[in-house]
Amino acid sequence: MQKNTIELRDLAIGYRNRQGVRTVAQGISAHIFSGELTCLLGANGIGKSTLLRTLSAFQPKLSGQIFIQGTEIASYSEQSLATLVSVVLTEKLDIRNMSVRELVALGRSPYTGFWGKLMPDDQAAIDRAIALVRIEGLAHRMVHTLSDGERQKAMIAKALAQDTPIIFLDEPTAFLDFPSKVEMMQLLHRLSRATHKTIFLSTHDLELALQIADKIWLMDDRAPIRVGTPEDLSLNGDLSGFFARKGILFDRETGLFRVENDFDRQVRLVGHGQRYAMIRKALLRNRIFAARGIDSPICVEVVDNRIRISHCEGSLVWCDSIEELLGELVHNKLYHV
Amino acid sequence: MNRNTIYFLLITAAILFLVMLNLALGTIHIPFRDVWGILLGRNDASQLIWENIVWKSRFPQTVTALVAGAGLSISGLQMQTVFRNPLAGPSELGVSSGASLGVATIILLSGTIGGAALSRMGFVGEVAITVSAIVGAMAVMAIILTISQRVRGNVVLLILGVMIGYIATAIIGVLKFFSNDEDVRSYVIWGLGSFSKVSGNQVYTFVVAMVVLIPLSFLLIKTLNLMLLGDNYARNLGLNVKRARFAVIACSCVLTAIVTAYCGPIVFLGLAVPHLCRTLFTTSNHIVLMPAVTLTGAALALFCNLVARMPGFEGALPINSVTALIGAPIVISVLFGKRRSELN
Repeated sequence: MQKNTIELRDLAIGYRNRQGVRTVAQGISAHIFSGELTCLLGANGIGKSTLLRTLSAFQPKLSGQIFIQGTEIASYSEQSLATLVSVVLTEKLDIRNMSVRELVALGRSPYTGFWGKLMPDDQAAIDRAIALVRIEGLAHRMVHTLSDGERQKAMIAKALAQDTPIIFLDEPTAFLDFPSKVEMMQLLHRLSRATHKTIFLSTHDLELALQIADKIWLMDDRAPIRVGTPEDLSLNGDLSGFFARKGILFDRETGLFRVENDFDRQVRLVGHGQRYAMIRKALLRNRIFAARGIDSPICVEVVDNRIRISHCEGSLVWCDSIEELLGELVHNKLYHV
Repeated sequence: MNRNTIYFLLITAAILFLVMLNLALGTIHIPFRDVWGILLGRNDASQLIWENIVWKSRFPQTVTALVAGAGLSISGLQMQTVFRNPLAGPSELGVSSGASLGVATIILLSGTIGGAALSRMGFVGEVAITVSAIVGAMAVMAIILTISQRVRGNVVLLILGVMIGYIATAIIGVLKFFSNDEDVRSYVIWGLGSFSKVSGNQVYTFVVAMVVLIPLSFLLIKTLNLMLLGDNYARNLGLNVKRARFAVIACSCVLTAIVTAYCGPIVFLGLAVPHLCRTLFTTSNHIVLMPAVTLTGAALALFCNLVARMPGFEGALPINSVTALIGAPIVISVLFGKRRSELN
């Protein structure tokens, strides 16, 4: 079903100016498939935007080859490329007095005639794009009155109206609040399935990308780009190596990242379920490692909906919330382990 | 009926009314009925003086104001779109300054070096001024266009235009310093701008040139709409950005150059009219804006011309003072109106 729409062969990207050539990344060989959501991950300044700009033909490549639907990108005319690749960029549009519908309609430009007049076909494509992104309610709002997330959706609708098999997005989740980030990624994933388009985006939102993307591209300065499903990349250790920095821990069990907390105390924790996990998490944040198999002078037990702290000397303290427990364990010297 | 259609009809009606007023009002008042008679060619010996006033003075002036206002407004709209800067106007790229420099050179040097004041040379002098203005404006335009193909950013280009303007003004200052009073005076009068100094057959050369150029500038409507999105989005939608920028700047410069050559540097019309139209028609779509600024620009120029010639003023006020007095409040009110609509 999936066919590769973009193929990179030994691609080198960067900038050429009077001072010479500055290579940002090289030796990139990979495929991007249709009907999939592919996420490009990498630190700031590693060249994600340069790669996207090169793939969108905004800047020339340094060497190597980019094939779009089997044909080298440089041999496409501007007009024909406009019907193959659409982009959603990070730059914030400063347009006044333009409705969302008018903005989406501009996506039809490659198909409209000399005066840009919209034919019934174009109108239908615009309606379809607006419906796919589910912004019917915004269609008559002015673009400059939209929130960041709404404007981003309008730009995606513009890209859909352009009716290209490929859509590139440069950090579509930047500037959005967390629920909007999730919504945006789910929208793009849904679009990749519903329209069978090739969707390729760069992002800094690791957790979301690892959960929603079909393919991940890892970009750093130590090795060439590594490509795979998020699961494969976590199994073969690429992901944990990728963000191997102090303070970040890759949890192989969940395939997600978490913040690493050092501990200097240990305590025995008995119980199970969500309350058990939450107590563990709260204690770890306070540099206390809690687990079942630990021998310690005090023992924390989850009993029904309450927490019991028992000391080896026999004293008992009952806590009703984790906050109280922390008060007893962390701030009360009596229980110093 | 669509709200925009109503606006278009209203503005067209306003233009017709203003044309009549321009023909009728002045130091000598001519009744509307007689203006009609003269326009329709009904000969009446008793109206010979009126006929002369209408055909030799007021009609050329009215037509000049009409096309100059339209041309400058289109030029302003194109500048504001291509530079995506609300403060851009026909004069911002130094084109008017280039025209001024051309005119200053010929007026001021002809007296000092040639020994004959141009102002006394009549028709030849007028043609010389027009030609030198066009040459000056085109020279600046050539510089700007060459650079526009080299640099990426629009801001650089805009700043460059402003700098060229400063240099031109500085050279004019030096020229003035070495010139005799009479020449300086005639240069200053040229600089005040006027729709009435275009005389005789020159008017029709000017009008024909503008009537050809204005429709030509309409060919750039789709290009301008794409440019609203910025270079990258425009390119992604299949626009050759460099070529488009060249075409739009060239078109805008030629319009400004010709109007400036015939009427002197007219300020504020080109800046104010696009703002007014965007607010009035609440759109950025050039398929609406282009005809809108053409008509509104013509109407506003006619109105300014009328105000400059109000009965009671001896002769005519400098048109630049009038356009600034009317244009600046328009820009200010549009800005404040924007602020309000953003709050809602």
